[in-house]
Amino acid sequence: MSKLYSGAEIVFKCLEDQDVKFIFGYPGGAVLPIYDELKNHSTIKHILVRHEQGAGHAAEGYARSSGKPGVVLVTSGPGATNVVTALTDAYMDSVPLVCISGQVPTHLIGTDAFQECDTTGITRPCTKHNWLVKDIKDLSKVLHEAFKVATTGRPGPVLVDIPKDIQFAKTNYSKPKKEKKLNGKINNMFTQNEIDKFIDLISKTKKPIIYTGGGVINSGPKASENLREFVRLLGFPITSTLQGLGAFPGDDNQFIGMLGMHGTYEANNAMHDCDLLINIGARFDDRITGKIDEFSPKSKKIHVDIDPSSINKIIKVDLAIVGDVNEVINAAIKKIEKKQNGFKNSNKQRISKWWEQIQKWRTKNSLGFVNSNKTIKPQHAVQRLYELTKKQDTFITTEVGQHQMWAAQHYKFNKPNRWMTSGGLGTMGYGLPAAVGVQIAHPDKLVIDIAGEASVLMTMQEMSTAVQYNLPIKIFILNNQYMGMVRQWQELLHEKNYSESYSEALPDFVKLAEAYGCKGLKAENPDELDIKIKEMVDHKGPVIFDCHVDPNENCFPMIPSGKPHNQMILGPNDKDENKITGKGKALV
Amino acid sequence: MAKAKSAYSIPTKVGRLDTHIFVIWVDNESGVLARVVGLFSGRGYNIESLAVAEVDATKKISRITIVTTGTPQVIDQIKLQLKKLVPVHKVADFKREDKKVIFKEMALLKVVGNKKKIEKTLKACKSFNPVILDKTKQSVVIQITALRREIDKMSKKLKSFGLTSTSRTGAIAMTRGAEVFK
Repeated sequence: MSKLYSGAEIVFKCLEDQDVKFIFGYPGGAVLPIYDELKNHSTIKHILVRHEQGAGHAAEGYARSSGKPGVVLVTSGPGATNVVTALTDAYMDSVPLVCISGQVPTHLIGTDAFQECDTTGITRPCTKHNWLVKDIKDLSKVLHEAFKVATTGRPGPVLVDIPKDIQFAKTNYSKPKKEKKLNGKINNMFTQNEIDKFIDLISKTKKPIIYTGGGVINSGPKASENLREFVRLLGFPITSTLQGLGAFPGDDNQFIGMLGMHGTYEANNAMHDCDLLINIGARFDDRITGKIDEFSPKSKKIHVDIDPSSINKIIKVDLAIVGDVNEVINAAIKKIEKKQNGFKNSNKQRISKWWEQIQKWRTKNSLGFVNSNKTIKPQHAVQRLYELTKKQDTFITTEVGQHQMWAAQHYKFNKPNRWMTSGGLGTMGYGLPAAVGVQIAHPDKLVIDIAGEASVLMTMQEMSTAVQYNLPIKIFILNNQYMGMVRQWQELLHEKNYSESYSEALPDFVKLAEAYGCKGLKAENPDELDIKIKEMVDHKGPVIFDCHVDPNENCFPMIPSGKPHNQMILGPNDKDENKITGKGKALV
Repeated sequence: MAKAKSAYSIPTKVGRLDTHIFVIWVDNESGVLARVVGLFSGRGYNIESLAVAEVDATKKISRITIVTTGTPQVIDQIKLQLKKLVPVHKVADFKREDKKVIFKEMALLKVVGNKKKIEKTLKACKSFNPVILDKTKQSVVIQITALRREIDKMSKKLKSFGLTSTSRTGAIAMTRGAEVFK
């Protein structure tokens, strides 16, 4: 008879077989057997966070920067409920997470036992799938299945709830099965016919635009390489969603900036006026589309996505290709290469007028702002941060709000997996713990959390984690003393009634840094900004950088409430022009 | 024009609503019904009726039949979202008007009244495969199988004959002919 293992041992055997190197977690009564087993498994390192939400976001940061699933270990009851925000965040942004939660012993389930909650019930709508393991014999199978569900198809979080008695119970261990049959949940069955139609539409267009999203990043680094080849082959303009930044180089001439609510003038106008819209791995989110009825009214639309339910959900498309982005692009490139040589050149000639139009839109310089030599403008701070860190391979995380949009607009990404931000759920407090996870995955790289002072206080406790593991993360706070995006909306939509959006009694971030045992820096005027940024980058340990910026700055350009792409507010100097109706502006 | 105070776009077109019957084959495991029903409530879809039972004891497969209404786009979404659930094997959806599909609901009706009223009741039920499950001098319990709207009509009609209690199942469906949905 083969050896019997306890449930806790089986958890680790599964993690080893799944090649897990790090777990982000927090112990508690219902997971103690698993924590007890930790010492016997030297290849797996546990990162002790300060709050379970932090564990979830750290695992997200780890997953998004490394392409591997993030693993979270929490206890029952409050441990599980605290991780719900991170699971929901991962679900919205398609991040593979495997969360293992302890549960009260099976005979106590349903009795309102101490630290009991209906974990699988609570997490059902915010995971791809979850399991309550009631029989030790199911444990290894369920755990392997959990990794498979999390990482295949459109990735996402899963949760395995393990009652304490199951962690003690003993049984045989079964290795993961190498199976080809995939339960019909993995959709990569596009046909050559669809690729032919794809190329056919491409060969007819005069005003094309490629709109890429997080699906390209999730498809792996190879997908980004292929995307670059594909886009250069065609010579089409390319824009990206917030989550897709880095798939195509941000400083490339064919890249016309991010699109959507705070996207560039040229990207949004190109989306509106194009005759062919190629969506690769994006989901027509409402921050992207603006007013649906007037979304890209004159275009044929192609949608490449691995999730069939993303297709025709928001925007009806003319050609849907359900498949893995990398493989679809690959097939398209092969098809183009087979075509006669004239194809590529005729393509570029046909769209030359379109490029002229885009250049005209570009001259608007929609990301421009009025700089100051008295106060630090937040956009300027991000630009300086970019200039001073672009030479090294830098990883950026953000919190949520104005600073996030400024980071997306002014920091240029040249590689995938370098940009970690909470887009779908918009979770304030994401960036600091995510930076912890990124630094764990890339110990020698520069990891910066571009933060707002309000967001960062939501998960500030994780500085303690960073200090404990000597993770040299840099928390670059654009401190404007307001919940900036809330204030901006109140200014634009609620007659400047700044209801509860001003943060009184903010902590002294330098002293706070010192209290955590790391370095604190402060910059209050533009002259000292560069020196201080350099000091931050050069410091070997974690840093909190308190960058005091103009509190009244708004994030522009912006598509206002319920408006289509061609009716943007460009900035404070654009107020008059904004009164011109949509048609008029499109002609500029 | 009043300034819109939301950054979300407000839909201006309302699509046509269709009634569809979804048949979903799922693993009969704990929580599976909650997953399916939770998907409907979580995404704001509506459930008109629901019927579920295990149909294959060896493979542990249950068959869930849900009647719902929605625009063609919503119906499409429901189907695709259902297919994403891990314990879901296959999903069929039929329009209620579909002639190739049989839809049936069952109802138990209790009528309390004199002999005359009970006779009238039985006569009224005649075309809906009535089965008398219980009969006393003052009452009768009848089982009928019919379409939803027929049962609606019957229960209205039988009110005057002394209908005191109605119990109904959700609709179940099966395709006509030798074909099997794959």
